[in-house]
Parts: sequence; structure tokens; C-alpha cells
Amino acid sequence: MTTFNFDSKVPPGPLAHKWDEHRAHIKLVNPANRRKYNIIVVGSGLAGASAAASLGEMGYNVKCFCIQDSPRRAHSIAAQGGINAAKNYPNDGDSVFRLFYDTIKGGDFRSREANVYRLAQVSPDIIDQCVAQGVPFAREYGGELANRSFGGAQVSRTFYARGQTGQQLLLGAYSALMRQVNAKRVELLTRREMLDLVVVDGKARGIIARNLVTGELERHAADAVLIATGGYGRVFFLSTNAMNSNGTAVWRCHKRGALFANPCFTQIHPTCIPVSGEHQSKLTLMSESLRNDGRVWVPKNKADVKKNPNDIKEEDRDYYLERKYPSFGNLVPRDVASRNAKEVCDDGRGVGSSGLAVYLDFRDAIKRDGANVIRDKYGNLFQMYEKITAENPYEVPMRIYPAVHYTMGGLWVDYNLMSNIPGLHVLGEANFSDHGANRLGASALMQGLSDGYFVIPYTLGHYLASNTFSKVTTDHPSFAAVEGEVKKHVASLEALGKKGGTKTVLEIYRELGKVMWDNVGMARTEQGLKLALKRIPELRQEFWNGVKVTEGADGWNKDLELAGRVADFLELGELMARDALDRSESCGGHFRLESQTPEGEAKRDDEKFSYVAAWEFKGVGAEPALHKEPLAFENVDLAQRSYK
Amino acid sequence: MSNTSQSRHSMHLTLLVWRQEGPHKPGSLEKFTAKNVSEDMSFLEMLDFVNEDIIKSGKRPIEFDSDCREGICGCCGVVINGQPHGPDRATATCQLHMRTFKDGDTIVIEPLRAKAFPIIKDLVVDRGALDRVMSAGGFVSVKTGPHADANAILIPKPIADLAMDAAACIGCGACVAACPNASAALFTSAKISQLALLPQGKPEAARRVTGMVEQMDKEGFGNCTNIGECRAACPKEVSIDFIAKMKREYFKAMFAPMESAAGDGGA
Repeated sequence: MTTFNFDSKVPPGPLAHKWDEHRAHIKLVNPANRRKYNIIVVGSGLAGASAAASLGEMGYNVKCFCIQDSPRRAHSIAAQGGINAAKNYPNDGDSVFRLFYDTIKGGDFRSREANVYRLAQVSPDIIDQCVAQGVPFAREYGGELANRSFGGAQVSRTFYARGQTGQQLLLGAYSALMRQVNAKRVELLTRREMLDLVVVDGKARGIIARNLVTGELERHAADAVLIATGGYGRVFFLSTNAMNSNGTAVWRCHKRGALFANPCFTQIHPTCIPVSGEHQSKLTLMSESLRNDGRVWVPKNKADVKKNPNDIKEEDRDYYLERKYPSFGNLVPRDVASRNAKEVCDDGRGVGSSGLAVYLDFRDAIKRDGANVIRDKYGNLFQMYEKITAENPYEVPMRIYPAVHYTMGGLWVDYNLMSNIPGLHVLGEANFSDHGANRLGASALMQGLSDGYFVIPYTLGHYLASNTFSKVTTDHPSFAAVEGEVKKHVASLEALGKKGGTKTVLEIYRELGKVMWDNVGMARTEQGLKLALKRIPELRQEFWNGVKVTEGADGWNKDLELAGRVADFLELGELMARDALDRSESCGGHFRLESQTPEGEAKRDDEKFSYVAAWEFKGVGAEPALHKEPLAFENVDLAQRSYK
Repeated sequence: MSNTSQSRHSMHLTLLVWRQEGPHKPGSLEKFTAKNVSEDMSFLEMLDFVNEDIIKSGKRPIEFDSDCREGICGCCGVVINGQPHGPDRATATCQLHMRTFKDGDTIVIEPLRAKAFPIIKDLVVDRGALDRVMSAGGFVSVKTGPHADANAILIPKPIADLAMDAAACIGCGACVAACPNASAALFTSAKISQLALLPQGKPEAARRVTGMVEQMDKEGFGNCTNIGECRAACPKEVSIDFIAKMKREYFKAMFAPMESAAGDGGA
């Protein structure tokens, strides 16, 4: 009964030659024929915009959908610190292999070697591409590009544009996209939300989208559908993701048959501004690059946690990352830094009003380099921090705490970035492919642009040239059928308000977030996960029994939009808990308390869990089917990660 | 230094909010009372909080745009007591915190108003005109593919920094709403300047400035008369020096050889 093709399609041959060999042999679409193909790109972040721009320029007919009013607002824009590339400009020992190795190791050996190697291989091209577009990367006085260090690496390979690298890279991709819009090679559809995938004869042939201004459901047909809708971190309610970030597009594809891989692999970013109260709508990240100069500490003595930090003497401070991990110090990977912050707070040494915060202190860096140097590097971050907390980080240490930030899991894709549904391709954070169980800092931007600029332009052509396509228009019965289901779904959401429930959508959503954070967050246990598996269906039931939803599906209605996304999160969250329960090892960001080394580090079980967990949907509330893609490591030794 | 929300005062506020059902419908200010507002809330969290009560009472919530809520996506933006993004300098609406206000305040909240920004609903406006200005030339015409090594062209740090100052624009449209002429000069000049400063943008500098300025006029934005309200409202403090640069680039383009007449393939 399982009809999907479960072949990773990793090309044969030595690791370093796979991509070149593959590119040399895959099929091409003749330039004159490209205009005959219609391509849908859902999402306009780094992956979506770069893909749409590149494919439009090649001559395909592209429609690009974005949920905001402009593609420039996609959440890639909020990435602060930088983008990795194996340029080795600082001559400090970097290479394609080392970037590959750091990424595989950082991901705790739960990603595919071939994909990661390709990512490292194309990384230098990304920098060249962005510079050619006029991206104003930071420069040295000699005019060359500047680099900085990021967590999980011992080389400086991160390129940056002040503290707003994501913004500048996205604006580069956006400008390339708008150039194609101007050339009429890309049609831009803004304020649209994809609500379903249309599969015809086993192939992805279109989508149903809702126009968020008019409320109208629209049918769009194509020869291939590219999903670049980002991650699903907002299942936790509080995260660093944007208000419109959601899991609906990937979840609807999953419900249409696309496998969901490693859903429990989520990243908790160590340096975010702590929660200030119930009213909190989202969390704000402080770039990991701050850990280059900031020192993380808590008081040694519990008695000192409420003291003014500047009054705590040097010998009474515990710089716990430097103490425990002398070789990486404050630059350990994100999962390690987050877990250690949780540990010291659980130990009663957390600071701030809630006791759920640690200090990130720039005192020594300011003393060493001067405030101006620090301002030059991080000025906008310091300003952002001060705006939110009303505290001046030049004078008092920042208070930070981990927050949900990124999801490594996502729709399963093969080497060509195609899901198990032919024609359905998945790019960027929406797929699962490159980061294993933990993503290194400055690698999300790299992956989004790698997928969009340098992978999909080749692999999509191969798919199109290798298949024949019957003519499918939006008049095809499949479109009417799927549209009918979506219409029914939207109507049932709208009807929730009439059932007499007293809670708002936001209230249920907050509860879901709490269940997820407490049980499927930084430390997971069998007991907690089982509790989540009980609580989530209960919340789902409560939701469908009736919540306050604002009526009006025939126009702009943010409350109704949110209800649809929460309805999907109430299903997706359950799959995450199930996956986390099933994987009884610890790896990367997935930390099972039952599986740790004597030092309290994540303990993998390679014998049992060296695979990608790809889940098949079997109905709401029904047990999904688990399919395993074994991971083979031929070029690296599977070592217990150590950053000591 | 600690900031427990309990230890801080909560405020009672009166809100006068612009309500408009749709683009061609009449609108007016509606009064709401916001009780127990914490000063740690952001301005948009305050609106979320008020909306929760409105939804519970079965009425239609206040519609407004927002996304990243960390001041970088440019999605949010309302006019607060007559000022786009409110009273704090260099602060987008989502970064404005309620500690700026005091108990008993009346706050008037309106959309970003301009002829080129039709209202969609309540505080939500259509800023598509800015995207169309961008598509009229706000790019460097390079293909996706291999390029010269990124260090092949050296860019002096002061030039790269200045280009970055211009590139910091978040495209929120506050400059337009602040300008008595509803001019988009600050927005447009930021992109033109970024690219004109960098060697990569120079080859098509003339056609870029011509295309973008013409599109700006076509969209119904007014002319710049050097008033400077735009700079005061800009959450990223983009300098009006860039408007002067845009004007210089425009004059240069007028007297430049007819480079802009050549199409993609050259004439």
C-alpha cells in the first residue's frame, strides 16, 4: 500500500566527485523548451526567491507565492550573524572537506554525507553570486571581505553584513526576483497562503491557495511544485520565528503523501532575550556571533543570582562554557550551549526575574577592544536588546535564554531535493536534508541559497526532461476535488465560533506551545513524550469542539488564518512527539534524558538509530508509518561529539 | 536592574483606532479601552491583548500587519499619535514598547496613509507600489551562476559601510507616510545609492535611477522637497544624504549617453 519511491538517489562515486558527475550526466531542458513548463514556487525567502529568480531567468514560466505583502519580508530577513562558506580567505585551515566535516559533526551524524558535501562545495559560489548582486558584505580596510567565527568551528568562515546578513542576502535574492518579475518571467502572487497540494496521476501538479485579502480560493496548475515555506518552529507558540511562519504548506503536502523526516529535530537557540510575561507573542534572538566576544556566565553561588551582576566578583562567576569546553569555550554548538544554560538554571543559578536566564557579558571585550569596536560589530544587536529590555548592554551584561529557533526536520527529499511525490520539490528549512540533528550557526542562509541558486536549477531540469506530462489545467477534476476539501475545511474553522467554546484560538495555541516546550523541548523523556501524546489530541479535540473564531472567510481575517495554522500544528505537534519518543537515543538538539554520557552530553546510539526517520501519514490521530532511510558514513568516522 | 512584570505598573489606556472594512469603504476612529497593559509589552502585543478581549466579546478584531516583530522585515507600521511607528526614534512599531506610554494616555492609531498605499482593512495597507519601484531597476543584472571570485574587486571599507547604511532600509513605507508630499524618495534613493556606490552596480546606474524614479512618479508618490520628515520617521535612520545622491545620479543619467535605450541584448 505504500506507493512512494524511497530512494535517496545519491550518485555513485567518490564523495568529492558525486555532484560534478551528477551534473555532468543529468538531463537538461533545451532553453527554447523551458517556457513550456510552468513551475510553482511557494515561499519567497532565501530558498524560494533564489529558486524563482534563477528558474525565471533560465526561461521557465514561474509563479512565486508569498504570504506577506512583499517577498522581501520572508523570515530569512531576520537572520543576523552570517553565512558560512569554505573560501578559506583567512588562510586558517578551512577547506570544503572541513566545512563538510564540521556540518556533519555539528549535526551529530544524522545527515546524509552526499548532501552535506555538496552544500560545502557550492558554498564559495554563493558568496561570489551575492557579491555580484551588490550585497554589501563587511569589508576589511584593504577592501577584501571580512570573516568572523561561529559556533562549532575553529576557523573563521562566516561572511556577514553587520548584524543583518539575512536581510542583505534576502534583498539580493529579492532584487534578482524582482528583475524577473519586471521581465515577466516570474509572476508574483503576494498575500497568498498555500492550503493544499494537488496531485494528478501521482505527480504534484498544482496548489490551492487562499488569497488573504479577498478570501478567495485559487487553483494554480503547474508541471512541478517547489515548497520553500520554511520551518515549523511556531508549533511551540513562542519561538524566534515570525508571526506568519507556519507549518501548513508542508503539513498539507504530508497529508497528501509526502514523507515527513525527523520531525523531532528542532533547534533551540542559546542566545535569545528571555520571556518577560504571558503577553509575549514571540521571542527575539541575539545573534550567535555575540559569543565571539561575549562571555557566558552565571553566579557560582545561588545566593548571588539577584545581585547586580557588576557587583559580583570575578572569582564568584562561573564561566561554565569556558570551564567545561576549554577548546571551543563560548563557541560550542547551539545545542550544547542551550542545554548547559538550562542545566545551570535548573541548578538554581539562573538570573533575572524568572531565574530563567544567564549572562552574556561584554565587559572584557569592551575593556580589550574599546566600546567603538564592539559597537561597530554588534551595534544594531545591542540597540535591539536595549529596546526590548530597557537595559544598556554596554554597561550591564545581557540576559539570555534558549528559545526555539529552527527546525532541522522537514519534508523528506532525495539528493535532487524532490520528495517522494514526483514533482514536489522541497527547499531550504522546509526540507530535512542537510543539518542532521543540529544546525550550525550561519548554515541556514548557506543552505537556502545553495538549494535555490545552485541545486534546483539543475535537478528540476532533470525531473522535467525525464518525465512526460499530460496536459493538466485547473479544470482537471482533481483541482475541483481538492478545492472542495479546502473549502470545507475553511468553513469548519469558521463554524468553530458558533459551537459555544469560550477559549480563543490564541489560548489553545499557547497551551499547545507549553505542552511542546515542556515535553518536546530541550530535554525529553519517555514519560514527558507520552504525556504530550495524550495532551495534544485532547487539545485538538477541545479546539474542534469549539473556539472563538472571528467569522468571515470572504475577506481579510487574521484570526481565521491563525485558526487554520493552529489546527495543523495540533496535528504536527503530535508527530513530533511520536518521533521523539521513537528515537530513544540523544543526538544534537534531540536530547533524551535517558541517553546521556556520564558528563551529561548527548549519547547517540549508532547501532539502532543511524537512520532518517521518514513518517507516512495515515490519518488524523492514527499511528503514522515509520520508514527508515539508513545513513551510511563512508568518509567520516562516527565519533562521539566532543567540544572539550 | 531586574524587571519583574509584577513589580511594574500596569496601565489603563484609551485607544482611538482607525477602522475601515475595505479599500473603498468609509472609515472612522473607534474607541477601545485597554486595561492592565504591562509596560513590558510591545505595542503590537498590546494590540494582540486588546484583540483577545474583542474576539471574546464576539466582535471583529483590529486588523494590522506584522511579521518578524524584531524590527527588520518592515511588515508592521502604523501611525501612532500622528507619527509613523510612534514617538521613539529609530524604532519600528513592533519594537516600540509600552513603557514609552503612561497610565491614562489616549493613543490614536491610524494606518500609514498615502495615495500610493490604498487601505486594505483597518490598519493594513497595500504597499505593492514599493515592490514595483524595485522591479523597475533596483537590482544588478547578473545571472545566477559562476562569477569572479568575491575578492576580485576590492571595495574600500568606507564605501562598503556607506552602501550598507543605505541597504539597511526595511521597506516599511514610514517615510512615505511621514512625508507631507507622500514621496518615496528616501526608500528609492536608498536602493539607488547602495548600488551606485558599489562597483557591481555602476554599469547600469543610469538606467536604474531613470527607471526607478519614473516608476515612483507613475505610482502616485509625490516629489521630494527636502522636508526631512522621512528621516525622522525612519526606523533604520536612513540618511537623507541618499536623496541628494539620487538626484545627482538622476542628473548624471540625463546627460549620460543613451545607455538606457539599449535593451538586455545591447543595441
